[in-house]
Amino acid sequence: MIKTILIDDEPLARTIVAEYLQSYPEIQIVKECNDGFEGVKAIAEFQPDLIFLDIQMPKLNGFEMLEVAEPMPSVIFTTAFDEYAMKAFDNNAIDYLLKPFSKERFDKAMQKWLNQRGHVSTEQQQENLSNIPMKHAEEQNRIAVKFGNKISIIPAQDIFYIEAYDDYVKIFTEKDYFLKKKTMTYFEQTLNSNDFLRVHRSFIIRLQHITRVEPYEKNSYVALMKNGKKIPLSRAGYGRLKDELGL
Amino acid sequence: MTTSILALIGLIISNTFRYYQPVSRNFYLLFGYVIILTALTGRILFLSFQNLHQDELHYQENILKFMPLRGMFYFLMITTMTSFYWFRNKIKEQGGALKREEETESLMREAELAKLRQQLQPHFLFNSLNSISALAGSKPEEARKMIQQLSDFLRGTLRKDDQQLVTLEEELSHVTLYLDIEKVRFGHRLNTELTANEIARSFRLPALLLQPIVENAVKFGLYDTTEAITISIVAFTEHNQLVIAVRNPFDPATARPARGTGFGLSSVQRRLYLLYARNDLLETSHESTIFTTTIRIPQPK
Repeated sequence: MIKTILIDDEPLARTIVAEYLQSYPEIQIVKECNDGFEGVKAIAEFQPDLIFLDIQMPKLNGFEMLEVAEPMPSVIFTTAFDEYAMKAFDNNAIDYLLKPFSKERFDKAMQKWLNQRGHVSTEQQQENLSNIPMKHAEEQNRIAVKFGNKISIIPAQDIFYIEAYDDYVKIFTEKDYFLKKKTMTYFEQTLNSNDFLRVHRSFIIRLQHITRVEPYEKNSYVALMKNGKKIPLSRAGYGRLKDELGL
Repeated sequence: MTTSILALIGLIISNTFRYYQPVSRNFYLLFGYVIILTALTGRILFLSFQNLHQDELHYQENILKFMPLRGMFYFLMITTMTSFYWFRNKIKEQGGALKREEETESLMREAELAKLRQQLQPHFLFNSLNSISALAGSKPEEARKMIQQLSDFLRGTLRKDDQQLVTLEEELSHVTLYLDIEKVRFGHRLNTELTANEIARSFRLPALLLQPIVENAVKFGLYDTTEAITISIVAFTEHNQLVIAVRNPFDPATARPARGTGFGLSSVQRRLYLLYARNDLLETSHESTIFTTTIRIPQPK
């Protein structure tokens, strides 16, 4: 039996997927969710093989949900938005269905998934999905993180700095930090470049939270953050910071 | 003799300017034109005097003597005439440009207003169509009803003229149509409250002004929280103004409404400015978890 979860904030939108799925008796809908939070919980609980995921949803949108969902199922996006859909497509989601979609189009997506199943590991899919850059203005200014079973949304203005940590990054707020499986390059590209600057191979800092820049040993500098932390600056990073601050 | 020559030159100048308007950059060209005309006049007069007074010898001698003085005189006359025509043309042209500018401006204003008004929400449209598609399978009667509502709503959006003032009653019936459609999509979460007395309902406002405000309230109310929400619309009159307040819940933790007017209300602000030349008719405020948008519409005397 194949388990699936429908995640969409509009009940009628889930109804239509459920109706189309009736011609796939081997697939069982184990849960329907109204938002991303419910989605994360249900994915952890039921470990579905496939999810149908809307993108624009309250609080935690579809992309943010995928960033914190575990274990990662296969994903078919269902959305009214072209703009998002193209990104999802570029990044190897199984498929995307533009609302309203026909049964034929739905079947095509299902066929694609059934064919791919077993060929591509979910690990691979997770890799592909988790690097969808979110260029949409609204999504860019916050980061979804998971700590134990709790999901938090960190507004960009609360981030002090980001530090590379093996395959992860540590996202530091004033007092806490959160781990996230992402690359430094990913954050360098997606965070607003007016606010954030890569000052070191291992550090991205938020410019507003710098108190001052001071010399540190010979020929090197550190940035003193408002919470007292000192961030090393590489030579190139120091140059960029000077440019950015107009020194 | 002299007078008729000058008249002829005047004619030449006025004709030249009928076809050619020098720009100020080409001032030297204009100056050259004056010099040439002066030289030409001088030459013609000189030759004609020589012919006319051939037998009066002392006159012949005097012609040469008076030539520079005459030259100066012609130069001044011709410059004056040239300047006169030049200025006359310039003023004429500027008048035209001003009129054109005014026309362009009013066209642009109309286009901008039309654009602001017709910012149809594709997301709303496609999701509504998707709801209809879902209803068509299980509840065809409701699907038909929703098609009717969506059609009425779209017709209302397309029909209205920008400059047109409608009664609050009319605007509210359009907004209600919109809210009814949203309730089909989000029935489990969306509640609405509408309070407006008879007098307020008869007051006028620009067509489709309230619509985007309510859309924003619904959008942010629904996407900023996961619980059931209530959107409230309250209208009343104050100092011969129509006042409408739209309230929606939001989550202060995400704190987005704190910035500026936020919530994409700038198009409403812009439209009010274009119509009333005032920037203070739209106000937003928030208190704990409620965001309020208030508009004031001055009534025609």
